[in-house]
Amino acid sequence: MEKKKRPDIKELEKEATEIRKDIIKMLGEAGSGHPGGSLSSVEILTGLYYYKLRYNPKKPDWPDRDRFILSKGHVCPSLYTIMARCGYFPKEELMTLRKLHSRLQGHPHMLYLSGLETSCGSLGQGLSIANGIALGARMDKKDYRVYCLLGDGETDEGQVWEAAMTASHYKLNNLCAIIDRNRLQIDGFTEDVMKLESVKERWASFGWHVIEIDGHNIKEVMDAYDEAERTKGKPTMIIAHTIKGKGVSFMEDKAEWHGVAPKGEQIELALKELNMKPTKEQLEEAEG
Amino acid sequence: MTEMKATRDGYGEALVELGKTNPKVVVLGADLTDSTRTLWFAEKFPDRFFEIGIAEQDMLNTAAGLSLTGKIPFVSTYGVFIAGRAWDQIRTTICYANLNVKIGGAHGGVSVGPDGATHQALEEITLMRVLPNMKVIVPCDAIETYKATMKAAEIKGPVYIRFGREKIPVITKKDTPFKLGKAATFREGKDVSLIACGYMVCESLKAAEKLEKKGVSARVINLHTIKPIDKEAIIKAAKETGAIVACEEHQIMGGFGSAVAEVVVENYPVPMRFIGIQDRFGESGTPEELIKEFNLDSSDIVKAVEEVLKHKHG
Ligand SMILES: Cc1ncc(C[n+]2csc(CCOP(=O)(O)OP(=O)(O)O)c2C)c(N)n1
Ligand SMILES: [Mg+2]
Repeated sequence: MEKKKRPDIKELEKEATEIRKDIIKMLGEAGSGHPGGSLSSVEILTGLYYYKLRYNPKKPDWPDRDRFILSKGHVCPSLYTIMARCGYFPKEELMTLRKLHSRLQGHPHMLYLSGLETSCGSLGQGLSIANGIALGARMDKKDYRVYCLLGDGETDEGQVWEAAMTASHYKLNNLCAIIDRNRLQIDGFTEDVMKLESVKERWASFGWHVIEIDGHNIKEVMDAYDEAERTKGKPTMIIAHTIKGKGVSFMEDKAEWHGVAPKGEQIELALKELNMKPTKEQLEEAEG
Repeated sequence: MTEMKATRDGYGEALVELGKTNPKVVVLGADLTDSTRTLWFAEKFPDRFFEIGIAEQDMLNTAAGLSLTGKIPFVSTYGVFIAGRAWDQIRTTICYANLNVKIGGAHGGVSVGPDGATHQALEEITLMRVLPNMKVIVPCDAIETYKATMKAAEIKGPVYIRFGREKIPVITKKDTPFKLGKAATFREGKDVSLIACGYMVCESLKAAEKLEKKGVSARVINLHTIKPIDKEAIIKAAKETGAIVACEEHQIMGGFGSAVAEVVVENYPVPMRFIGIQDRFGESGTPEELIKEFNLDSSDIVKAVEEVLKHKHG
């Protein structure tokens, strides 16, 4: 397997901020959509698309590409933004999100936009699909890897645990799933809606290799993907601890910002905040 | 004597044949592999069979994933558990993206018998035909099920094939033509058309015999493909016979007869009657008892014909 050089972490951090700005702009233009989980998953997806995933945006059907399955389809704004920035389609198209005849449907549709591996939006289904692809890869003796991003609230769905069993039963070590553990779903905190803890022990007891990380720390994200790839005999679950709405202070940690788009002044405020966001360098300087 | 054979056996035999001839075919099971006859494939091709356990939703989406790698997955369990429990998976993951997943829905109809209502699928035709990209086939006997299964592997996109548990008469032959989306006229007639699918084709043929003795000439059409539906054959039947009785072992609401009626009403309205389950759940009993209990046998069809003829125009 080809070794990929690690991109510069500071560059990726800057890129993550740009991605967040795009998300705010496109949701603002669309007038609806899901900022909270889009913002919390930015580094998870950045680590994939800027480092780990092997793909060719000019040949989205390249048979040996790694596959990324977005199970929580509602956070497609962050996926679309990253796909555009990585060359799958022109950036201007981001502003067509959720509009009539757009390739960027409110929830992703693979027949409209090449580069998407599935259509999704009904929660709880992606991990099973990822399992199927991982089984297919094994039958074909291919070494591509399969990644799947789930929401934490999404794991309320029974099907997720069916899939958890299947992946471990078939020892799918070519599969790496990530839970965006932002602790929020629509009706409130996950622990109030339907207790998920202890997430780590649950997945471990289902036979998964479990890695816990700070999901906003790009280095930890990339390290986790590497560790997953080295893991033999079982699938890997990365529990990425994140903040829902990350990067926009008035959205952070608020269930209300799950599925409402910012408008007017809110957009400006959010962008201003993201523009001002000091880089790690600046922070280090400030700390002296 | 007519040979008796369950349609599920035709499915199982076709899967074994596909195992030999098409390396892309894989089969998934949900702890009902013997009953759905997928065990025959599993025993011969263990590397291409995936046991998923009692987890129908996971099975459907695992199949979806396999199809995304170029495999042709066949998934099967009882119709209630597949078309009902995994409907959202079939809708949003499989049909929306037009994925190449083939679904074998076993235990269709009340003729499942003593297991009762929980296991008698009476709603799948409705649930499946309403989905864009889905094709729905209800073969009339084991040989036709074999052909439908082979055909399903050939075409691209999702296919639902319904089959039954009980042994029923084999009324077609190996060389009887089977064309997806093309109805087959099994008996000519000019006074009324009996349009049927599945086991009800057999009951319709019996009814036509009885009607002949009463001086009524009934056409019997085997409409095995419910989607895409053969509009031409239905319109022709409406024009040439002026009355239609649709026969299915399934809820009338939204099902097979409704599909026929949609074509009739829009193109050439003629009086129609419906033989099928009338908004009830199934029951335990022997298959023969249940066919009578739910008014699905040939004498019920004869009655419906007599009724519809009274309303025939001119
Ligand atoms: C099967 C299904 N049920 C309900 C919904 C509606 N819904 C959309 S997002 C969401 C909450 C998801 O929470 P989580 O998985 O934690 O996502 P995140 O916090 O990352 O946005 C719900 C209930 C859905 N899309 N699918
Ligand atoms: Mg969440």
